[in-house]
Amino acid sequence: MTTMINVPETAAKGEIVEVKVLISHPMETGFRIGMDGARVPRDILHALVATYNGVEVYRVDIRPSVSANPFFAFHLRAEESGEVVIAWTNETGQTFAETRPITVT
Amino acid sequence: MIQKPPSRRTFLGMGLAAPLILKMSPALATPEEMQAAIATFTGGAPVTEGRVTLTIPLLVQNGNAVPLTVEAESPMTEADHVKTIGIFNEVNPLPETVYFHFTPASGIAKTQTRIRLNGDQFVHAVAQMSDGSFWSAKTNVIVTAPACREA
Repeated sequence: MTTMINVPETAAKGEIVEVKVLISHPMETGFRIGMDGARVPRDILHALVATYNGVEVYRVDIRPSVSANPFFAFHLRAEESGEVVIAWTNETGQTFAETRPITVT
Repeated sequence: MIQKPPSRRTFLGMGLAAPLILKMSPALATPEEMQAAIATFTGGAPVTEGRVTLTIPLLVQNGNAVPLTVEAESPMTEADHVKTIGIFNEVNPLPETVYFHFTPASGIAKTQTRIRLNGDQFVHAVAQMSDGSFWSAKTNVIVTAPACREA
């Protein structure tokens, strides 16, 4: 599973910065009929949570209507240096997480 | 009194207007399922139009990845912030599209994603504020190649 996460390396204190997340995932809706005529089972990401120094800044309840390879851009207010953790949960309940540092000047 | 037959002018007028009514009404009629989904989200609380900006291209070529930007006006303080923005659609198999949750640490309640749209419709965004009020916006979208229709 490839993931692209863009957190600005540096930010001024109090600055509102944008974070972008792109996760490689088919987001199979469960409504599609496959080549064999059977319904392709649902396989989507269910949730994505972003925390900044342990504080939740953004959370998404994802439904099948979100495109394949889900992309999210959101904001956070930079207060102090630390890390941004992006965690997401897949169809089987497995959780994956990625961490990115941010330096606040 | 005998009703006057419609004059030639009104008769022609009716003929011209009829297809407009037929074409317009399904697009404007909001499917019940989506209204029900919004009602579940709001818990029956009244929804006021405003404070929310929903940006989707008017004409979308690929319904499989429709860029969507939504923003709700708020100072984003502990006392007054946006809690959740729900996106609802009228034509997809499921009316609930995605829910975004924010906290005061978000700074601004603005987010972007890409969604699937299965045809021309109004897409609605409903924001829940920390004081319990609900605000909404809707955008009409024309989709030339809908999602969920690939061979």
